[in-house]
Amino acid sequence: MDIKVLGPGCKKCGQTEEMIRSKASELSVDATVEKVTDTATIMEYGVMSTPAVAIDGKLVHSGGKPSERDIEGWLTQGA
Amino acid sequence: MFIVFEQLADLVAFRLLGLVEGTRLADAVHFFVEDVSKIFVLLVAVIFLVGLFRSVLTPERVRGYLSGRSRGATYGMAVGLGAVTPFCSCSSVPLFIGFLKSGVPMGATMAFLVASPMINEVAVVVLAGVVGWELALLYIATGLAVGMLGGWLTDRFHLERFVQDFVWQVRTGQSAESVPDTSLAGRVRFAWSEVRDIVGRIWIYVLIGIGIGAGLHGFVPQEVFAKYASADNLLAVPAAVLAGIPLYANATGVIPVVEALLGKGVPIGTALVLMMSVVALSLPEFIMLRQVITVRGLAAFAGFMATAFIAVGYLFNAIL
Repeated sequence: MDIKVLGPGCKKCGQTEEMIRSKASELSVDATVEKVTDTATIMEYGVMSTPAVAIDGKLVHSGGKPSERDIEGWLTQGA
Repeated sequence: MFIVFEQLADLVAFRLLGLVEGTRLADAVHFFVEDVSKIFVLLVAVIFLVGLFRSVLTPERVRGYLSGRSRGATYGMAVGLGAVTPFCSCSSVPLFIGFLKSGVPMGATMAFLVASPMINEVAVVVLAGVVGWELALLYIATGLAVGMLGGWLTDRFHLERFVQDFVWQVRTGQSAESVPDTSLAGRVRFAWSEVRDIVGRIWIYVLIGIGIGAGLHGFVPQEVFAKYASADNLLAVPAAVLAGIPLYANATGVIPVVEALLGKGVPIGTALVLMMSVVALSLPEFIMLRQVITVRGLAAFAGFMATAFIAVGYLFNAIL
């Protein structure tokens, strides 16, 4: 699956990316995690509060660091 | 209720460290211990409670309330909603674009952006706990009024001329709102994550602020402030406002400094506008907004706000 972390580069965005990466390897889910910092691209997802997360082009979360539980849900559902 | 923090400070400064009451060092240490314990207890309590009961006010909702209204109605709503809607200052740029693209006037957008860090439940409760609720109310009322004025001036002088062209061309997708977990366990989890998040982000500002406050309180004689910062010195208010622009701190971090200044007899107007300027006008924020507004536009907005703060400072110094 293709996971994008949307955020202009604040601390929480980096943490979100880190959390998803470690969760993915923990669950051995095959996922590419990419951080998107370009404002225009972030806006294309309709996001106003970051960090936000999009999976396979679909926005699943916005407005803060997601919880471990959320991340687990996304990773296992899509698999 | 707050006496316990004073007693704790007595215990640490006079008993544990054996400092003599009335000496400079003892005063500073006492101030530091009292403020650290009081402010951090208040911070954790307020953030946790607000996290539990947090209404689902997200910037997306606020945008919905604000778009398509007449300009006149938006200023008051924007500052009011800004005061109660949490958002991370790192989201300023997407928020700015998102508001403008959905038809929210630029004035209301700017009013929201300045009011949100300046007035929020955490700052208000800590301010009330440290310097009293009268000043906290005055701070809220002034912050709301200045935010509205800044928004109105933004529209009046058509600052949208200075918005970077790309903003109008960005394609914006439909936003999907995430649904919060409203079960009790979910709320508690959310509230704790908010505490960790916010305290983790601002503790350093708060400690530095308390350190400065303690230093001023203990080591700077009152005469120094009487000489340079009294209401008679007309330069004190503009100096306080201008000093606040390059300085940036979280609202909670400035409160101990304000407390120390007031204790040294600095007039209320000067102390309040210093706090507002430090919190509302910040260089890092402007550098971020530079992506979407030209330097001229930002300078004009900063000029409006600084002028308004200076006017408020003089007014309060004259009448209070």
